[in-house]
Amino acid sequence: MSWFSKYNSEKHGNRYRRWLLKAVIPIFLIFLWELIAIGVNNEFILPRLESVLMVIANPFAPILGTGSLIDSSIISLERVILGFAVGSMFAIPLGIAMGRWALINDLFDSLVQIFRPIPPLAWVPLALAWFKIGLTSMVFIIALGTFFPVLLNTLDGVRSVKKTWIEMAAILGAGELQLLRTVVLPAALPTIWTGLRLGFGIAWMCVVAAEMMPGTTSGLGYLIIYSYNFGQVPVIIAGMIAIGVIGLGIDLLLGTVEKRWFMWRELER
Amino acid sequence: MKLQVKDLEKEFVTDQGEHVKALQSVNLEVSEGEFICILGPSGCGKTTLLRILAGLETPTTGEVRVDGTLVEGPTRRLAMIFQDYSLYPWRRVIDNTAFGLELQGIGREERYRVARNYLKLVGLEAFADRYPNELSGGMRQRVAVARALAIDPAVILMDEPFGALDAQTRNTMQRELLEIWAETKKTVVFVTHSVDEAVYLADRIVVLSSRPGMVREIIPIEMDRPRDRTAVEFAKVRRYVLGLIDERANSQ
Repeated sequence: MSWFSKYNSEKHGNRYRRWLLKAVIPIFLIFLWELIAIGVNNEFILPRLESVLMVIANPFAPILGTGSLIDSSIISLERVILGFAVGSMFAIPLGIAMGRWALINDLFDSLVQIFRPIPPLAWVPLALAWFKIGLTSMVFIIALGTFFPVLLNTLDGVRSVKKTWIEMAAILGAGELQLLRTVVLPAALPTIWTGLRLGFGIAWMCVVAAEMMPGTTSGLGYLIIYSYNFGQVPVIIAGMIAIGVIGLGIDLLLGTVEKRWFMWRELER
Repeated sequence: MKLQVKDLEKEFVTDQGEHVKALQSVNLEVSEGEFICILGPSGCGKTTLLRILAGLETPTTGEVRVDGTLVEGPTRRLAMIFQDYSLYPWRRVIDNTAFGLELQGIGREERYRVARNYLKLVGLEAFADRYPNELSGGMRQRVAVARALAIDPAVILMDEPFGALDAQTRNTMQRELLEIWAETKKTVVFVTHSVDEAVYLADRIVVLSSRPGMVREIIPIEMDRPRDRTAVEFAKVRRYVLGLIDERANSQ
């Protein structure tokens, strides 16, 4: 009890001990996995850890006549960046306009509210009908996934800009465009950035799902489905790990930028 | 007349549909270089009055003129200093100070030169490259003063600018403000709820009564500056002004 409460009350406890503690459950799970894999003794249900590590250790090796793990990752990344960029390009301006002008807000609000609960993947059939199989369909799905978190955060960021910041700029002679560029945008940017982070997370999930659409022939999502058809469970798991690691890496990157650029927001409180 | 306020009225409609009169028949004339304090308890509409002067709110009836020109919205002629400083935390001190000039499209070198002069005036030249969060409350408010001066306004409006500061810093800021005022010869309209502050600063104190806010009395303060808070005359004026406000409170 005392050790438990002591650990919880320490604000910045020993760094190494914290890392150690964070590693406990993953290590335990790996052991459990290996144990069960030995017990099950069937590569098609649960492969041994070694066979998955073998796939990960050779990221450049072609897999079953399709691209390597790295090739697939790069293709997925390209798609997600494209879709993410398209989604954000629509979401940020619309969010700023809706946050700033009641007229635009009231015009688009019901539309946003209706479309927001629809999961991006529910758009797959329509996407295929409209754009056929290929990059356009995928970009469409990913952009949709990106769109709403970015839009809602932009909206929130713009609406919560301090009133006196805006009034001050008006007194100092800012026109509407100057106001947007010099006050509203920088003030809302930390919140917009949070939206971009969330949006990228969802976009990354969408790309993998989109690559599982029939007719796709590349990317991490395709690699997983393709390997399933060949009973290559180690590749499936390796692919999943790659998805997790890349997603985590990008989020850490965006988080670091956030800390560095938007320190003023923390200090404002 | 630098600033003219004529028959000003402001009525709000609450969410329940009630009409609330915040200000009623306010008349005021401020001459060039004068230091005016608007004094009143909270809720008397003094901030509303100042915001109308700044063009941030429109009066229900009546008008405000600066140098004879009707005020119809925010203008560089009327600079404002808010209690929360309202500096932009992502801009360095120098860029906060030069912001008004930047908006006018004045080149970097020129606007920094002007901004530096005003930072020097408020004693913050050495902090030009810092960010607002690195400064104390008093220093931040000095930056806000420099920023207001940098656009060379006709009148400076101040909304309880030292309200968030501790007593000691507050006294220092009052003294410095008077020095800056003497040097720049700007017209100042300063809103406060502190009788002591008003008596220390003002050429004339405009005492507002509450709900609706009306000009109860305008009191000229003729003591020489810098004023001594411990002087008999200071106490006498303060007692008189306090009496005005108490009387109003007692009648409620």
